[in-house]
Amino acid sequence: MPFGLIKFGLSKKYSEPRMFRKVEQPRDAYDVVIIGGGGHGLAAAYYLANECGITNVAVIEKGYLGGGGTGRNTAIVRSNYLTEDGARFYQKSVELFQDLSRTLDFNMFYSQRGHFTMAHSPASLRTQRWRAEVNKHLGIDSEVVGRDFIKKMVPEIDLDCGGHQPPIHGALFHPPGAIARHDAVAWAYARGADRKGVDIFQQTAVTDIEIEGGVNMSGNVGGRVVGVHTDKGFIKAGKVLSAVAGWTPQIQRMVGLRTPLTIHPLQAMVTEPLKPWLNTIVVSASLHTYVSQSSRGELVTGGSLDPYELTSTRSTLEFAEGLSGHLMDLFPFLGDIKVMRQWAGLCDMTPDFSPIMGVTPIKGFYIDAGWGTWGFKATPVSGYAMAHTIANDADHELIKAFNLSRFGKFRLVGEKGAASVGH
Amino acid sequence: MNNRLPKQAGEWIDRSRELNFTFEGMSCRGYQGDVITSALYANGMRMVGRSFKYHRARGSYSMAGHDAHAMLTDGVRTNIRGDQVSLESGMNLRAVNTAGGLKRDRLNITERFSRFMPVGFYYKAFYKPRWLFPFHEKQMRKVAGLGAINANNAPTNSPKDYAWCDVLVIGGGGSGMSAALAAADGGARVMLVDEGLKLGGSLVWQGGGDHGGRVEPLAAAMVAKVEAHENIEVRCSTMAGGYYGDHWMGLFNGEKLTKLRAKSVVFATGVIEQPAVFGNNDLPGVMLASAAQRLMRLFAIKPFEQAVVLAGNDDGYRATLDLLDVGVVVKAVVDLRREDDVLSTDAMAQVRATGVAVRMGCGIYEAQARGTGRDRIGVAGVVVCPLNDDGELDAKRCETIACDGVAVSVGWTPNAGLLYQSGVRFVYDDGLEQLLPDVVPATVFVAGRANGVYAWTDRLRDGERAGLGAAGCLGEGNGEVGEGQDVGGRSKVAMSHGYPIFEHPGKKNFVDFDEDLHLKDFVNAHQEGYDNIELMKRYSTVGMGPSQGKIANVNSVRILAKLNGKTINETGTTTSRPFYQPVPIGHLAGRRFHPMRHTPMHDWHKQHGAVMFHAGAWYRPEFYRNGSMSREDCILSEAMHVRKSLGLIDLSTLGKLFICGADAGAFLERLYTGHFASMKIGKQRYAVALDETGVMIEDGVVSRLSEDRYYVTATSSGVAAFYREMQRWALVWGMDVTLINATGQYAAMNLAGPKSREVLAGLTDVDLSNDAFPFLGTREGMVAGVQAIMMRVGFVGELGYELHVPANMGLRLWERLMDAGAGIRPFGVEAQRLLRLEMGHLIISHDTDALTHPDEADIGWALADDKPFYVGQRSIAVMRKQTLERKLVGIRWEAGYSGPLPEECHLVIDEVRHKMVGRVTSVAHRSTLGYALGMAFVHPDMARPGTKIDIRVDGGAMSRAEVVALPHHDGEKQKG
Repeated sequence: MPFGLIKFGLSKKYSEPRMFRKVEQPRDAYDVVIIGGGGHGLAAAYYLANECGITNVAVIEKGYLGGGGTGRNTAIVRSNYLTEDGARFYQKSVELFQDLSRTLDFNMFYSQRGHFTMAHSPASLRTQRWRAEVNKHLGIDSEVVGRDFIKKMVPEIDLDCGGHQPPIHGALFHPPGAIARHDAVAWAYARGADRKGVDIFQQTAVTDIEIEGGVNMSGNVGGRVVGVHTDKGFIKAGKVLSAVAGWTPQIQRMVGLRTPLTIHPLQAMVTEPLKPWLNTIVVSASLHTYVSQSSRGELVTGGSLDPYELTSTRSTLEFAEGLSGHLMDLFPFLGDIKVMRQWAGLCDMTPDFSPIMGVTPIKGFYIDAGWGTWGFKATPVSGYAMAHTIANDADHELIKAFNLSRFGKFRLVGEKGAASVGH
Repeated sequence: MNNRLPKQAGEWIDRSRELNFTFEGMSCRGYQGDVITSALYANGMRMVGRSFKYHRARGSYSMAGHDAHAMLTDGVRTNIRGDQVSLESGMNLRAVNTAGGLKRDRLNITERFSRFMPVGFYYKAFYKPRWLFPFHEKQMRKVAGLGAINANNAPTNSPKDYAWCDVLVIGGGGSGMSAALAAADGGARVMLVDEGLKLGGSLVWQGGGDHGGRVEPLAAAMVAKVEAHENIEVRCSTMAGGYYGDHWMGLFNGEKLTKLRAKSVVFATGVIEQPAVFGNNDLPGVMLASAAQRLMRLFAIKPFEQAVVLAGNDDGYRATLDLLDVGVVVKAVVDLRREDDVLSTDAMAQVRATGVAVRMGCGIYEAQARGTGRDRIGVAGVVVCPLNDDGELDAKRCETIACDGVAVSVGWTPNAGLLYQSGVRFVYDDGLEQLLPDVVPATVFVAGRANGVYAWTDRLRDGERAGLGAAGCLGEGNGEVGEGQDVGGRSKVAMSHGYPIFEHPGKKNFVDFDEDLHLKDFVNAHQEGYDNIELMKRYSTVGMGPSQGKIANVNSVRILAKLNGKTINETGTTTSRPFYQPVPIGHLAGRRFHPMRHTPMHDWHKQHGAVMFHAGAWYRPEFYRNGSMSREDCILSEAMHVRKSLGLIDLSTLGKLFICGADAGAFLERLYTGHFASMKIGKQRYAVALDETGVMIEDGVVSRLSEDRYYVTATSSGVAAFYREMQRWALVWGMDVTLINATGQYAAMNLAGPKSREVLAGLTDVDLSNDAFPFLGTREGMVAGVQAIMMRVGFVGELGYELHVPANMGLRLWERLMDAGAGIRPFGVEAQRLLRLEMGHLIISHDTDALTHPDEADIGWALADDKPFYVGQRSIAVMRKQTLERKLVGIRWEAGYSGPLPEECHLVIDEVRHKMVGRVTSVAHRSTLGYALGMAFVHPDMARPGTKIDIRVDGGAMSRAEVVALPHHDGEKQKG
């Protein structure tokens, strides 16, 4: 019996306090307004308050905490990316995640399982080797492994896919690959921010952003932020962070900024709870499939993006059919196991599969977007880096490569090979 | 089977067919037509499973598939739903979630620690110190989960099929059958699906809500009429699992998935009875009144000997009459409503007339257990208390009534999962205390109890209305949203109690049986700030279990609304998602039919020792076995033979496209970077295509066959996507072009080597002389009697001819060439890769990546900057103003070098600065030139021939190579 639980049994009355205050009405002005109460926005608020000494912060959330991508992803954390900029950034996230339960005093069930990206062709194995070499150079634990090793670690897998698919030739193995309880990450950051005085408003929508100056004579976007309009009134703020992922196009229209984001749905599904058997995270890029078993026993599984642009979170039968087929290609005995629920989230995709972060041409307007299918794993580091970026009004070292301006300069950070499915 | 009743009208069981099975090692008997849980109940097994968290004894509660604890395993399958799976002879069943068997489940110990495990306790412990979490996690994972997988199970292989109908009616009860008949009489083709074994729905087990047997003959007559109707196809034991827009549905019948498209849909899905929350409300023997009625009517089982009925509506009295009918002693009806608030009904009067005690304005405070600890496996009695003015039970004035069963009839909620998915929006009616359809999309209809219509006569009328409407609007839906569908048949009195939830200081009172959540858990979660419905769901996990909250969500919303002092409508509901009930992965997966493509010469290759490999959707020869030679020796030998003599390779997987029409040249001019409009007929040119960001995405060869007809080759793996992209551009640009993807219609092969002209000349009349048919020429002519497109190419660096012929002629030509002598040998893809590497020809996506632009790949010469436009041109112009960051170069090692050699994708390292400065894209450890060679991306500073570069290989050793100018081999070069 862990000591932490004894207090519940011994106290007569349930004495746990609210994790986040209920603030009815925003103040007239804040130093920083964060749009979006998902993991990223809340983490940014937390680090602003706890590391940058900026506590006069409001988080404005249209729905509820962690209701977007934070609560819809398949909760995989890893850092075996392809570019130096990407790998360093996600590695910092892994490091923050590994200590996050203690830092925030909230058990997020951060569970290191080991992460396999199966290669069904020599070409796929080449890409895995590329990732492994970059990773190793940067001190990230990552290795190309053969069939025997895979079979030892995942004895249930059918390496030959029953003849339905090309056989597995090998895999990229990333021992630090982990899963976590995704909602808890948002809640824990919310509580941590709230304790330092950050005001969090749920069910509050930003309706417009007030810019002074705006578009200049030559048509370039510029000016500076002076506040946001919400359905609870105008809030004055010199610094505004947009951390709304799939809803970024709506926010960017308010400030006149252009980004190359496209919005696609990404679907996932979950089975009935099963006794633990799958102890690793299994990804097959060729089959567009990834699967892990949650601590509740459910198989949590997903595939690739829906191939069309759409701002909708409906599910499709075709997705469930295709993904089920691929699950059985890998684990042929699952035919009688039942799928309980399927759902979808929105992904703000970038051309190079890396995020858009940092300062913008509008003074005081910061963007944290382009989270596509890789946003959850970056929650701590994006909050951390954005907080410092906002505090110093300059891009933090870790995210310099991700600035929006890279598209105009063709300085892309190509992570397609590492991010398109294997997230 | 001592508690089977005499034959019941409409019963599902077939008494002539007795089935033997075992449960937890005990021998049992049932009938054909039983579900597993009914057979268990008939054998006196009140306890069927253990609960998820506390491992409390649980019995059948819903008899409708909403009990996560009623899941079993037969050793092969797991999580078998006892309420939904028909009994089969010889089954050996066990409960899934126990340690040491159902009776002696050791994990019941967790209940003793439940006071230490409030809602979300796992977020508050186990993480300090960090190194101990894996231990805790292991323990927690072990107790989580329900059934265990069997990794030896053979893969399922169920087919799938498609179905169409005019009107789909979901639910075969009174309103559904009525709707089906009305629509079918109007000429519509109707499909009627029901998840039950037989039609009839609640008309059969609930007597239509009008006690006295008047309904049963009518139900039987309706069933007969429906089954005989030529326009109605009935599918029982079939569940509509999910609704996916435009009336696209997945139907699951226990054997396979049927995908169905309907023109309009009637949801006659009925209602799901909801629990009351009181102390020990989960003991085996406490069940929904509808569960008791199902046991009695469908399976002819006497549910209790002595019962107490908890009523919050008139249905409780009807259930009481049903119980009395089969000889159950009803000790009391405990009615949550106060005498003054209720208009007496026929059923109430009849119950009172039998002398059964009725306690108005009272509730059950707790059910008393038979047995103690983990052996609390039944009900001994109930404690009944009066309700005070605040709707709370006054525990000081209690009365204990002995009984062995409790039937709970306190209200219903629409079976609405599919309706939500179809776009129906519900509002909570404060008078009726239930959700009602408010906004219903066009071509969607809701009928019967799901529509708030309860009296059976009204339900038939409501069904008729919906059926007529559905038949009348066929194909006329345009997505607009209509108003609600109340035609006056909706119940005027509440059939649900507004708050059948009662606190208990000592005993657990469950709200979510799946997840073992009791009232206190909700109060505590709310106290911690999880005070909206979505956060409450995620923090407490209410509704996230196998039943997806079908008998938990409504009460959880009521609790939250009360805690917040808000209405139900202000509180809202969570989103309903597929599936209605969980569905097998195997049925979704189907037969996993992934066809592979064979070239016309496939069998020939196999007969001649080819080792085949998967190349996308194709099989291709990697190399041909040659005696006892190693793979590497075979490949080198094939390549050497091409250099010295003659080889033939199957290129049928190449993308082959005809671009025709007045704008064909102009189209290619825009699509690719080079000049094609001015190309002479009979010429060919290397072509590279970029995306809008200037990244190389495709390459191939464009041949001009006539004024307005071009023949284009594309990469095997890229052609499908590129053809789509071509079609898109043709539309965007509005050009007069016809695009034909002839990849599968044509076979292709490359006859390469110094002797190729000599051999080919013997098979064609086409003049092959260098003047008549120069390098990079394309001709059409007869080869070996076959009409062919002939292209003089140099991909492998030798004199060579690509021959493209109709696919059905491919093998014939191949064999004629092989027979033509001159020592010709086939060569595989690996030899071709080596030969092209020696020529310095890059392969898109092998030597390039997702960001490679032409200058980096050193094919800037292929960009025609004098053109007004090509895709990616603008980006190239921007990029060319910046410094190059990398360049693709040739690399080689000395002949006789014996040090370590890299694999493809090993990195070029600047050891002094410990920086990554490049990557090997292609490497051949042996070549026809006698030394190892390859291509690599390197920093432009290192791109000058003669520069030495260091490549880190496996194990960390360094391999030093020299940058060289391409090509390695000075042969007939295709590009440039």
